[in-house]
Amino acid sequence: MFGFGILSGLVFLPLLGALAILVLPGGDSEATKRNTRWIALWTTLIVFVLSLVAWGRFDTASAAFQLVEEKSWIVGGLVYKLGVDGMSMPFVVLTAFLMPFCIAASWESIQTRVKEYMIAFLVLETLMIGVFCALDLVLFYLFFEGGLIPMFLIIGIWGGKRRIYASFKFFLYTLVGSLLMLLAIMAMYNIAGTTDITVLLKTKFDPGLQKWLWLAFFASFAVKMPMWPVHTWLPDAHVEAPTAGSVILAGILLKMGGYGFIRFSLPMFPDASHYFAPLVYAMSIIAIVYTSLVALVQEDIKKLIAYSSVAHMGFVTMGLFAMNQQGVQGAIFQMVSHGLVSGALFLCVGVVYDRLHTREIAAYGGLVKNMPLYAVTLMVFTMANVGLPGTSGFVGEFLTLLGAFRANSWVALFATTGVILSAGYALYLYRRVVFGALVKPEVAAMPDLSKREIAILAPLLLLTIWYGVKPGQILQACDASVALLIKNYDAALAGAKTAALALQ
Amino acid sequence: MTSLNVALAHSLPEAILALGALVLVLFGAYRGRDDDGPMSEIAIGVIGVAILVILLGNKQSDVVFNDAFINDGFARFMKVLALIGSMFTLVLAQDFMARARIDKFEFPILVVLSTLGMCMMISANGLIALYLGLELMSLALYVVAAFHRDNLRASEAGLKYFVLGALSSGMLLYGASLLYGFTGTVSFAGIAKAINGHASLGVVFALVFIMAGLAFKMSTVPFHMWTPDVYEGAPTPVTAFFATAPKVAAVAITLRIITTAFPGVMSQWQQIVVFMSILSMAIGAFAAIGQTNIKRLMAYSSIGHMGFALVGLAAGTQAGVQGVAIYMAIYVVMTLGTFAAILSMRVDGKPVENISDLAGLARTNAPMAFFLGAMMFSLSGIPPLAGFFAKWYVFLAAVQAKLFVLAVIGMLASTVAAFYYLRVVKIMYLDEPAKAFDKASPAVRAVLWVAGLLVIFYFVYPTPVVDAASAAAASLF
Repeated sequence: MFGFGILSGLVFLPLLGALAILVLPGGDSEATKRNTRWIALWTTLIVFVLSLVAWGRFDTASAAFQLVEEKSWIVGGLVYKLGVDGMSMPFVVLTAFLMPFCIAASWESIQTRVKEYMIAFLVLETLMIGVFCALDLVLFYLFFEGGLIPMFLIIGIWGGKRRIYASFKFFLYTLVGSLLMLLAIMAMYNIAGTTDITVLLKTKFDPGLQKWLWLAFFASFAVKMPMWPVHTWLPDAHVEAPTAGSVILAGILLKMGGYGFIRFSLPMFPDASHYFAPLVYAMSIIAIVYTSLVALVQEDIKKLIAYSSVAHMGFVTMGLFAMNQQGVQGAIFQMVSHGLVSGALFLCVGVVYDRLHTREIAAYGGLVKNMPLYAVTLMVFTMANVGLPGTSGFVGEFLTLLGAFRANSWVALFATTGVILSAGYALYLYRRVVFGALVKPEVAAMPDLSKREIAILAPLLLLTIWYGVKPGQILQACDASVALLIKNYDAALAGAKTAALALQ
Repeated sequence: MTSLNVALAHSLPEAILALGALVLVLFGAYRGRDDDGPMSEIAIGVIGVAILVILLGNKQSDVVFNDAFINDGFARFMKVLALIGSMFTLVLAQDFMARARIDKFEFPILVVLSTLGMCMMISANGLIALYLGLELMSLALYVVAAFHRDNLRASEAGLKYFVLGALSSGMLLYGASLLYGFTGTVSFAGIAKAINGHASLGVVFALVFIMAGLAFKMSTVPFHMWTPDVYEGAPTPVTAFFATAPKVAAVAITLRIITTAFPGVMSQWQQIVVFMSILSMAIGAFAAIGQTNIKRLMAYSSIGHMGFALVGLAAGTQAGVQGVAIYMAIYVVMTLGTFAAILSMRVDGKPVENISDLAGLARTNAPMAFFLGAMMFSLSGIPPLAGFFAKWYVFLAAVQAKLFVLAVIGMLASTVAAFYYLRVVKIMYLDEPAKAFDKASPAVRAVLWVAGLLVIFYFVYPTPVVDAASAAAASLF
């Protein structure tokens, strides 16, 4: 339509939904709330179906950008250009997949300012899908930064007690990193004369400059990821955000950092990536070990899962900078799997939070007796979080460790301790919440999963196990693109080495 | 006679403003009443005609009136911005002035006269024309600052502005006389030719004094002290006026004098501009954090924004000038929108000015909260709002000119600034509602809506502004 393709549809459909909600008449009446929810749900479902259609049209054998559409935008090399390759397609589908769950999870727990809530979520969906589809650096930045506004409002308005502190911390942390990245974007634009990502991927930046550019991008992505030591905003944001906000935060927003590394840092600055790889390894190992230990002593369920997210993202960065087929594919898989699993875990926390309105681990105990279905569901996701074989969590962790082992066996050795630690905190959490004596009357009065909750959790549960047994679908999708990425990376490094030798 | 015809053709907007002001004076005097009546509408019409003449008139560049007056693309761009600022000030002012019972017929006349001064200043091609324009603008501004003459704070604002303004005019004049003494000419091009790339100590002295005088009008640090007090004390529509049109004019003449009179001595002025820019961004960001009055907040915000605009000037390139031009265009729209929102802050018929009065606005007046929120995010430079593109061009120019330290400091300052803009959003969206505001007048609401939509949807079709600014910048080089 009007020369716009399916990706534009994916990006802007949620915005249409938001517009429809905006013009809904009637203030805070029950009918309006109901209509708002249904419009939001249907919009996200249609977007999801559309994303599947896009996936159907996507040729996994090719490493090139597909479904590309381009329009002139701003004079001087800035274009409106969308497209996906094997490294972004899974995230587009993941985003579209998680959104209906977020809407459904907010069905009953959000009762105030429902209209604004749903609008914020739909706008956020537009921006998130845009991040993964953008093939212009400034366009990418627009979507990347723009996401701060709705997320700030989601945490700030519908969050917990310390929501204002958490929302400001989230916003300012991410902003300061991103602004440095913006300077790097300007420097790249200055050199290449365009911000078209496909052109920038072919541009060779001076190795000395690469280091500065890499650091600027790193400032942004490391905060977003988040990597130790700039991860401290995440536990606060997670704890205070409403359930659906946590799901989006853990499921999608954290992936933008990893996606940024794959899309920009590694292919555009290969020399700098090689140079800084030890730094990333060190930070990843510290993240894995340190945050796992921190997770062990948490009293708050959400905080515990938040710290475990930081640890899991440590595996991702480690795998990415190992820069071999297993490492990078494992990292991508780990990100998708973590999106499903941590999203599901936050939904599980939401289930008990809606009943008891506390996230204190000590407030629960013995849930297996009155909530058996819930106990089973939580167990599957806990196991997936630990990385038990047969769940999707295993595949990602195993592949990243394998990749890291090929690159540097010491890194793999230290990182593997994280797997053991994760078993420690996850099982400890599970024991305290689900087992033990059911002594508290208010806990005993909690009913098991409702139909709505089953409908939300069942697909996630099935997918977690499905991808644990048959990970091929995602791995194949990114196979060709990752192979090309690594080929170019090695060629660039070899080129730099020859150049250095020639100079001597 | 041809030459006079040509000269008049090039200065037609100024002629219209001058004639308009005279007609308004006569009409006001013969009307025999001191209320506003139709005066504001006529003034708006006069300014509107001036804008149309610039937009539709001939696009040739020429120097007329014995080298004193230049009409080029840059002048036209900046004049349109200044005229838009003045026109919408009058649109916003009517309701406020009437309710404060200061709707005297002199107000639109003074605004038109001041605007005439701005246009002459923007088009100045020599030191004398510059000073004439500047004084015409300033004298009218001193009066409108104290327009609410029974109000203690407004009188204080007017007096403060006058004393400090006179001081800055003195400095400018001293610098101008030095410059004339050392170069023997008052025309900018002549000065550039006389300096010929080698600045003597006297010329550097002159440059410093002239920059000090202009910095006062732009309200950049260290000549910003008057800004918060005058912004707070002056009637709110007057504050909106101060924040838009005179700023555009001052920035425009600074750009012109630096690029046309001092092109060869970049190393001399660049350090001054970088210094002012960094200090303005930093002080604008940090000092605003503690403010409780929204007009004071906007004062520090405008200081910070002038700092950002100077980032583009510091680059000293065509791209930099283009960046500043775009910056000013977007800044004017954002400022007008924000002041439209501030003018809507009225409880039980009385205007309120505290930031805390905005509490819970999202629930008492959702559209106003939405648009003011958009303004705040835009002012802090969050994409995809217009403010981001403003910053994009000036910082791009700085990066191109390899001013990396300035760029990094600017980015950090804008993170700090984001904090206080966010605080306004937080108060509107996150806090419990305070007393609801009265319904604002249609004109004020219309300005808020238009400015809000422009800021939000700028990214869809930015080409006209970018092209116009690019043409404007090209005419200076």
